[in-house]
Amino acid sequence: MKRVYVNEKWCLGCHLCEYHCAFADMNEKDMARALKNVKIKPKIKIEERDGVSFAVSCRHCQEPLCVKGCITGALTRVDGVVTINRDKCVNCYTCILICPYGAISSSDDGVVQKCELCIKTVVGTPACVRGCPNGAIVFEERQ
Amino acid sequence: MKYVIIGNSAAGVGAVEGIRQIDIFGEIVIITNESHHTYSRPLISYFLFGKTTEEQMRYRGDSFYAENHCTLIQGTVTEVNAKTKQVYLSNGNQISFDKLLVATGSTAFVPPFEGLDLVDHKYTFMSFDDAQKLNNVLSQNKQVLIVGAGLIGLKCAEGILKRVAHVTVLDLAPKILSSILDDDSAKLVQFHLENMGLSFRLSCSVKRFEYNTAILDNGDRIPFDVLVLAVGVRPNTGLLKEVAQIDRGIFINEKSETTTPDIYAAGDCTQTFDVSSGQNKIMALLPNAYIQGECAGINMAGGKKSFDKAIPMNAIGFFGLHIITAGSYNGDAYTENKNGNYKRLFYSENKLNGYILVGNVEKAGIYTSLIRERTPLDTIDFVLVCEKPGLMAFTKNVRMVKLGGEKIK
Ligand SMILES: Cc1cc2nc3c(=O)[nH]c(=O)nc-3n(C[C@H](O)[C@H](O)[C@H](O)COP(=O)(O)OP(=O)(O)OC[C@H]3O[C@@H](n4cnc5c(N)ncnc54)[C@H](O)[C@@H]3O)c2cc1C
Repeated sequence: MKRVYVNEKWCLGCHLCEYHCAFADMNEKDMARALKNVKIKPKIKIEERDGVSFAVSCRHCQEPLCVKGCITGALTRVDGVVTINRDKCVNCYTCILICPYGAISSSDDGVVQKCELCIKTVVGTPACVRGCPNGAIVFEERQ
Repeated sequence: MKYVIIGNSAAGVGAVEGIRQIDIFGEIVIITNESHHTYSRPLISYFLFGKTTEEQMRYRGDSFYAENHCTLIQGTVTEVNAKTKQVYLSNGNQISFDKLLVATGSTAFVPPFEGLDLVDHKYTFMSFDDAQKLNNVLSQNKQVLIVGAGLIGLKCAEGILKRVAHVTVLDLAPKILSSILDDDSAKLVQFHLENMGLSFRLSCSVKRFEYNTAILDNGDRIPFDVLVLAVGVRPNTGLLKEVAQIDRGIFINEKSETTTPDIYAAGDCTQTFDVSSGQNKIMALLPNAYIQGECAGINMAGGKKSFDKAIPMNAIGFFGLHIITAGSYNGDAYTENKNGNYKRLFYSENKLNGYILVGNVEKAGIYTSLIRERTPLDTIDFVLVCEKPGLMAFTKNVRMVKLGGEKIK
């Protein structure tokens, strides 16, 4: 299946992936207007320090610890994509405890959030990948 | 092949999903003495709080048993015969097996308090039935006494606090959550819970009950309408008493095998190797139960699976204050305590052994994985990771594998 991969050496640290991620969820037309003065909570996040930067989002692991550990059954892996059932999540943070990438985070909605490869919002290539100006995040089928 | 699973909870469900990864034809029989579709046990306090419903508490979808071709039998297993490969039920029925999984969980421990039999409204807090019974007696004029300030007692307290007049939590230990918190973090969490309206009586014990009054060892009297006993739990090991090796829990290895062939065990009823302390322990928590169950299922069906990275760990929250802890608290400590956020990491011999986070728990899983994988700390930027958990602390090459999809060299 296609996954999001990160080419660290091409990352500019511009944070556009974060904005595109946040915008993909908003159901708005104009990105600049929608995000103006908004504190975004994206599901992909840039880590940066001393000139090094890279984007981190869910790896959709083959054997996802978050899914196995989820106490409610809210996290599932269907057709390779780890998604969250927001009606079932109780915000217990067991997934935050267990994800080795730090790719699951809190949201403002009383449930946790994570990258779902845009399957619920955008058709085709995830928004972060489309929004990356330098090919530092790619969506590819690899062995 | 006929698989029999005793217990219809996290470990049992894990086993079904494990078996079906390998064997789609074998017969699976699940035996349970609870009369519910598989549900998430930790959610019983959220149910009382009103954050979830009976429907949403279901641990797996309505079609789980049908989809996985399982037969669910309600009954209590009273005996396991390893020689004839049969289990006996309390109604006299017997069921044969080729492979057996014991996933019987644990039971609330109720100390023999003097006068307890004359207390009207007393409950334990382990099952959905317990929660429903409690649900029926809660009202705004009730005084509740909870004995036990551990995970279960305090989750119960959170669940009912806003629905009753007053909740007092009593514990023998001088601090709350003594199994997972150190003194400073326990104080922080206690302060938060007191602000929310909970009262504590610590370092004291109940000497006896006089109807609806607890008489403490110092002579104090605490009247109550509802009593919840959350003193501790005991693993349900009895079925394998003469059958396999048992210490406090049923001994299992990394394949979830007991010491008897064709009999497996998983979850809260077991005891296994904790890589963070090097000791054999009961690690009664849901992620381990599921993973051990899945591992058992795969091996029962003839596949190959090992789970040799068990550690104690907990994610728990009270009224919006989150706590995440993992591993064992041995070695030197790195501590931060500011603005209501608490962090303490324990390390020795180039390894992270454990941690406590209260408040800001972001990316806690980075620490958990350092413990679980026994990552040598001199291969990462340990100073950085102490301050800020993240993949930045790893080398570029490690990140190429973790994020860039490169193969491990
Ligand atoms: C209030 C509460 C809150 C919790 N919160 C958390 C949390 O936040 N995070 C976390 O990780 N864990 C939490 N836990 C612990 C978690 O619920 C357990 O670790 C998990 O349920 C273990 O699963 P299990 O399948 O091993 O056993 P159990 O869930 O205990 O299931 C065992 C089943 O076997 C049945 N059984 C036992 N003996 C027999 C028999 N002889 N015949 C037939 N059936 C039998 C029992 O009735 C039960 O249905 C909590 C527990 C409680 C009580």
